[in-house]
Amino acid sequence: MMNKTSKTHDSLLRPGVTILGKWHQNRYVIIRQLGKGAIGSVYLCDANGKKAALKISDKGASMTMEVNVLKSLAKVQGKSLGPSLLDVDDWVTPQGTTFSFYVMEYIRGTSLQAFIKQNGREWIGVFLLQLLSDLEELHEAGWVFGDLKEENLLVSSSPTKVRWIDVGGTTLIGRAIKEYTEFYDRGYWGLGTRKAEPSYDLFALTMVFLSIFYPNKFTKGKNPQVTLLRRLQDVRALEPYRDCLKKAILGKYLTSTEMKQEISMAIHQEQQKHIKANTTRTNKQQHKPLALEVVGFLLVALGYYLSSLLIP
Amino acid sequence: MKKGTLKQILLITDGCSNKGEDPQATAALAYQQGITVNVIGILEDDQTEEPEGLQEVEEIALAGGGVSQLVYKQALSQTVQMVTKQGMTQTLQGFVNTELKQILGEEHTMEDLDPEKRGEIMEVVEDLGETCDLEVLVLIDTSASMHDKLPTVKEALFDLSISLNSRVGRNRFSIYNFPGKRKDIDKVLDWSPKLDSISSVFPKLTSGGITPTGPAIREAMYQFGKKNLLRSFRHNDEQDIENA
Repeated sequence: MMNKTSKTHDSLLRPGVTILGKWHQNRYVIIRQLGKGAIGSVYLCDANGKKAALKISDKGASMTMEVNVLKSLAKVQGKSLGPSLLDVDDWVTPQGTTFSFYVMEYIRGTSLQAFIKQNGREWIGVFLLQLLSDLEELHEAGWVFGDLKEENLLVSSSPTKVRWIDVGGTTLIGRAIKEYTEFYDRGYWGLGTRKAEPSYDLFALTMVFLSIFYPNKFTKGKNPQVTLLRRLQDVRALEPYRDCLKKAILGKYLTSTEMKQEISMAIHQEQQKHIKANTTRTNKQQHKPLALEVVGFLLVALGYYLSSLLIP
Repeated sequence: MKKGTLKQILLITDGCSNKGEDPQATAALAYQQGITVNVIGILEDDQTEEPEGLQEVEEIALAGGGVSQLVYKQALSQTVQMVTKQGMTQTLQGFVNTELKQILGEEHTMEDLDPEKRGEIMEVVEDLGETCDLEVLVLIDTSASMHDKLPTVKEALFDLSISLNSRVGRNRFSIYNFPGKRKDIDKVLDWSPKLDSISSVFPKLTSGGITPTGPAIREAMYQFGKKNLLRSFRHNDEQDIENA
C-alpha cells in the first residue's frame, strides 16, 4: 500500500529528535522506530528517563478512536489487557504540521514463534490458556479484540506471559470489526461475518497458532475451509488441541469460556499420556539392570562350573 | 432519533481520464450534492512510484470530500473497505466540525479541542458511523487496461459487502461501469442490500478504450437522485444526516 502522508512524520522522527506535547507540555526523545502499521508508526522513546512507546500518526480521528479503546480497557479492570496509556497529545512540527500521538507502556518481549521454538511446544497450551483467559475477561466486559494476530502479541518474561501490544482493533460486541488482517479474518476465509462477537476472536486465535507453524502463511485455495483444516491437520505440535482448534475455526464455540474448558481438558489428557509414557519408560529402565544382573550371575555361575570341571 | 443516510461514490480506476469534463469538477459537484467521492487507484505490479496517470486519483478524492489510496491489486480487498469506512468517518467528522463552528465560532474544528474532549466527540462520530445507513455506488473503470484486474475487483466488492453488512446500520449498493456501451456509464447492478449477486453479473463486463471519468461521476451522481426522487414520492422520509 502506498501512503504519501506516512512519509512525513517518519522522515522527521530521527533518533534524538524531541517531541514536545502541545497540550500537556511533556517531552519525549525518540530512540528508534519499533514498528509501522496502517495507522501511524510506533517509536521507542525516552520519557523523563523512562522508556515508553510512542505512537504517532497524521490520521487524528483513528488515533482518537484507539485512545478511546485504551481508556475503556483501563476502566474494564486494573489488570493489563493492553499496554497502559500514559499520555495523549498533539505535536506541532517546526514546519507547522500537527500530528496526534499517544504514549503507552513499553512492553519488552519475544515473538510467540521465537519463544516456542526456544522453549518447547509445551508452551503452546500455556499460551492458549493465557490468551483465552484474557479474551474471556474482555468478552465479558463487552468487547472483542478484533485484530488478533501474531504480530500484535509479545511474550514478556518474569513471569512469562503473552501481552497484547496493539489494541487498535478492539470493537464493541455487536458492531462491525474495526480493523483486521486477512489471514486471521474469518470473513476472508468465508467462514463467517465481520460482526464483533466472541467467536470472531476465537477464530483469529486459532490462526495465531497456525501462523506460528506457517511463517510464510498460505492462501485460501479453491475451498478455503478444506485448505484450513488440512493445514491444521499437518501440524503435529498442535495435535493435542486439534479438535478444539477445529471447533474454533468452524465457529462452534460461542464463548471463550467453553473453549478454555476444552483446551484445559486436552492439556490434562496430554499430561496423563506423558505420565503414562514416563512410567512405562522407567519400568523398562528398571527391567534392564535386572536382566543384566541375571545374565551376570549366570555367567559367574557358569565360570565357577567350568573351573570346577577343570580342577580334578 | 432518526439516523440519516450517507451517500458515497467509490471510484475504482487504473489510469487517467481522457474524455469529457474534468473529473475534479464533477467530483466537486457531487460533493456539493452531499455525495462523497472516494477513489482507489490500482497500480500495476511493476509500478513502484506514483505514476503520472494516477496523480488525479488524489485530486478527485480531495475535490469530492473523500479518501484516496493507491494500491496493488493484491491488497485491494482491505483497501476498499478501509477507504469506505474512512470516507464515512471523514464525512461525519465534517458534519461535527460544521456544528462545532456554529457553537464555538468560525475558527474552531475538532483539532483545536484538547485530546480529552476530542475523544468524547470521536465516540459520537464512531457511533454514527456504525449505525447510520449507507449508500455506496461503485463506479468501475472498465477500459482495456483494467481487464486483468476485474476478477480482483469483484472479489474486493464481495468482501466489502461482508464488512459493511456486519454494521448495525443498513446498506445499499449499486455498481456501474464506465465507459458504457452507448452512454457514459452502464448499470451492472441496481441498488441492493447485498453484493452476493455480483458473481453472475460481473463476467458480462467488456473493456473498451476510452476513460471518461468526469462524465461517469456526473452520471453516477444522478443515480442517487433518481432513486431518492422515487422514494420521496412514496415515503417522503429522506432525511439528511444533519437532522439526525
